Amino acid sequence: MGEFLLVSIQVDMHDRLALTLQDDLTEQIVRHRARGVLIDISALEMVDSFIGRMLGTIASMAHLLDAETVVVGMQPSVAITLVELGLSLKGIRTALDVEKGMATLREALLEKEVIGDAGS
Amino acid sequence: MTPPTNNEIWNVVSTQENEIMIQWLDQQAKSSRRTSAAEKQEVVRESREFMAALKAASEKGHGDDLSAPGWAPMRDLLTGLSARRARDGYSPAETASFVFSLKAPLFGAVQKEFSKDPIAALAALVQITNLIDKLGLFTMEAFQRTREDVISRQQQELMELSTPVVRLWENILALPLIGTLDSARTQVVMQNLLDAIVQTRSDFVIIDITGVPVVDTLVAQHLLKTVAAARLMGADCVISGIRPQIAQTIIHLGVDLSEVTTKATLADAFAVTLRRSGHAVVKTGAAAASNSK
Repeated sequence: MGEFLLVSIQVDMHDRLALTLQDDLTEQIVRHRARGVLIDISALEMVDSFIGRMLGTIASMAHLLDAETVVVGMQPSVAITLVELGLSLKGIRTALDVEKGMATLREALLEKEVIGDAGS
Repeated sequence: MTPPTNNEIWNVVSTQENEIMIQWLDQQAKSSRRTSAAEKQEVVRESREFMAALKAASEKGHGDDLSAPGWAPMRDLLTGLSARRARDGYSPAETASFVFSLKAPLFGAVQKEFSKDPIAALAALVQITNLIDKLGLFTMEAFQRTREDVISRQQQELMELSTPVVRLWENILALPLIGTLDSARTQVVMQNLLDAIVQTRSDFVIIDITGVPVVDTLVAQHLLKTVAAARLMGADCVISGIRPQIAQTIIHLGVDLSEVTTKATLADAFAVTLRRSGHAVVKTGAAAASNSK
């Protein structure tokens, strides 16, 4: 995927697995000098506040490492549940699928260049 | 003389049954607007069933407690009859008069039988009145229940019909909302919209609220929820059709629409989404001939 990383979450996340994921991911970002991360949650039928927080944490960590994140593949029922529970995943980019996710990332990276990395 | 027992009353009814039936059917025909042959036959059949159930329950001495098991066949009959009449558009009065119009013939029969004993006659009349009243009220309630079922089913169908999602362009969807937006409807709207976003892979949704009569805090919340859900699916929303009064209400309520693009008309919203998705609309000089693009 060139300078993008794709993470596909297939199983239920619990504490230890989430920490392992964050460790792996940050390491991969640095190793491959990735500029973008796509997190594919199309296999998840439920997203609770724990997973929501985890996604936010990953996005923040990636940002520190100069990579932008987008969450893709959210199922409609998951979106409705999140909205009903008031978990809007604010500040986390979302896209319908991997293809649109990559387009979103490219736009975000272009914006970054234009604005200049002012105190990121 | 002691007042007649339940049994004695119904014995009277049995002996004069034919006469009572004729008078009863006559009464019903007089007060009914429906005169087709099929309907007349239906009425005769229902009346005979009613009489049979009435005699059966009274002869066994079940009194006038309609919840007793001995009255079950009568309850079933009346429930079925009311439901049918509710669905066929009979009025509540027409339906209840099926039962109440039996009073006059019964009174006539009792008076004939106990003409020499006014006290007994009175006691019999009181018993009959009580029973017929209860049966009539039961019929009315069954009628009401059916009507309510029809109404709630129609409401459901209305909800499904009135939330279409329309595809305006390659990746632009329109959601024209007509009517009030309560939490039940919002669920249906969100479901339809998100499914459409997935199917059409649209990037933009125009939510037009021209047809929403009132926007209060709750409606505004529902709207914002819908916008948030669409966003999670990667689609941007534009709200259009904001009428002047609605604009005032929204500001007075302090609803925060700063995150959402709003336009007064659907046309403006369409123009802005076309631009955002990289399209330009060009006016060619050609007049609209029948097969020009």
